[in-house]
Amino acid sequence: MNYDVAIVGAGIVGAACAASLSASGLRVAVVESKGIASGATAAGMGHIVMMDDSEAQLALTCYSRKLWNELAGELPSEAEYDRCGTIWVAADADEMDEVRRKQSVYAEHGFRTEILDGTSMRALEPNLRDGLAGGLLVKDDSVVYQLCATKFLLDRSIRYGAKTMTGVAVAKVSDGGVTLENGDVISAGVIINAAGASAQLLNPQLKIVKRKGHLAITERYPNFVRHQLIELGYLKSAHGSNADSVAFNIQPRRTGQILLGSSRQFGSDDSRLDFSILQRMTARAFEYMPGLRNLSTVRVWTGFRPATPDNLPYIGKIPGFDNVYAACGHEGLGITTSLGTADLLSSAILGRRSAIPIEPYSPSRTITEH
Amino acid sequence: LITLTIDNISINVDDDTTVAAAILNLGISAFRKSVGGESRGPLCGMGICFECRVTIDGVPHQRSCNKFVTEGMKVVTGE
Repeated sequence: MNYDVAIVGAGIVGAACAASLSASGLRVAVVESKGIASGATAAGMGHIVMMDDSEAQLALTCYSRKLWNELAGELPSEAEYDRCGTIWVAADADEMDEVRRKQSVYAEHGFRTEILDGTSMRALEPNLRDGLAGGLLVKDDSVVYQLCATKFLLDRSIRYGAKTMTGVAVAKVSDGGVTLENGDVISAGVIINAAGASAQLLNPQLKIVKRKGHLAITERYPNFVRHQLIELGYLKSAHGSNADSVAFNIQPRRTGQILLGSSRQFGSDDSRLDFSILQRMTARAFEYMPGLRNLSTVRVWTGFRPATPDNLPYIGKIPGFDNVYAACGHEGLGITTSLGTADLLSSAILGRRSAIPIEPYSPSRTITEH
Repeated sequence: LITLTIDNISINVDDDTTVAAAILNLGISAFRKSVGGESRGPLCGMGICFECRVTIDGVPHQRSCNKFVTEGMKVVTGE
């Protein structure tokens, strides 16, 4: 078969690219070695969040968030899209300084936020412990059930004529097509490597390392948590160093269940639970929300974030190829940035002007490690 | 005999009665509601299926088949 575009990987990024490119009239094939949303997409939290570690990260997350909020009305109810907002929780006066800094950055860009003191934060989230300094409520951040959102995007692409092949492993990508492990070739004018943590196996010039994480989900406790809550210390833990770290990060689900994170570990390919870091993770959460101790967990699991050295994804043409593009390396922000990624890449492939510059995410950029 | 309340109804049962048996004795079969709002009740009777969960003394999601009644216990079903 001959296609205009072959996308490797049916995670949320591949699905978003398929939806966007097929809607533009291109004949799209999605080739997935395992199942739909079987990698980092399924393992993560489904938080659509604005992040401002760098200008480029802020540009991509807020543009993507806008696309999600525009898409919200079309998502099926199973996607559980909930514009619940994020509260960045400040434990002390130092972290309140960070609240004010963040607030001024977001206000500059015209985003809706509200600075909370300890009392007003507890009024919004009564299960937070007493004595926290306050927080920043970021309105218009959302939570989505990312598996249903991925299926929605793939179904949309299929309606536009795209073909999805699962259980089909790709051995090689090159200008002109992808070679499957069984030796077959799928010819395509453009190839997109959206293989997440496996992207580097096909294009070794993409530097991606796996950053392991743990999550737990509870029974249903409606209204126990109402916003996505993240400790501001998360920023240090997420991007500060290469040591193992945990942070309080909790999410209300539509079902009343509570999704609890988070942990970060480098250098582990082992998907088994690590009970020592899991214990650190829950202990950290109990510090912020003591009542969590009395709740029951139904499942705990691990996943791997596909991380790049500078915490920005690879979006754009891969050096050394004429028609092979990258859409991978989204670390912990793939759900958020999937729609923006697809939009940027579609613009690049179709020769259209993009809403935000694509250059900061180019696979050929000079990467300075953080 | 042990006195407990189930959905604010006070009843007396033998002290080696499970909470699930006490609830069934009252004629209640809808122990809880599923996410989709359907009624659910005990299936396995041995703590595996989680279908018989009720709120006991304010703590939700307790498996009633695995717990004996205690004096003054307050049980809420149908949640």
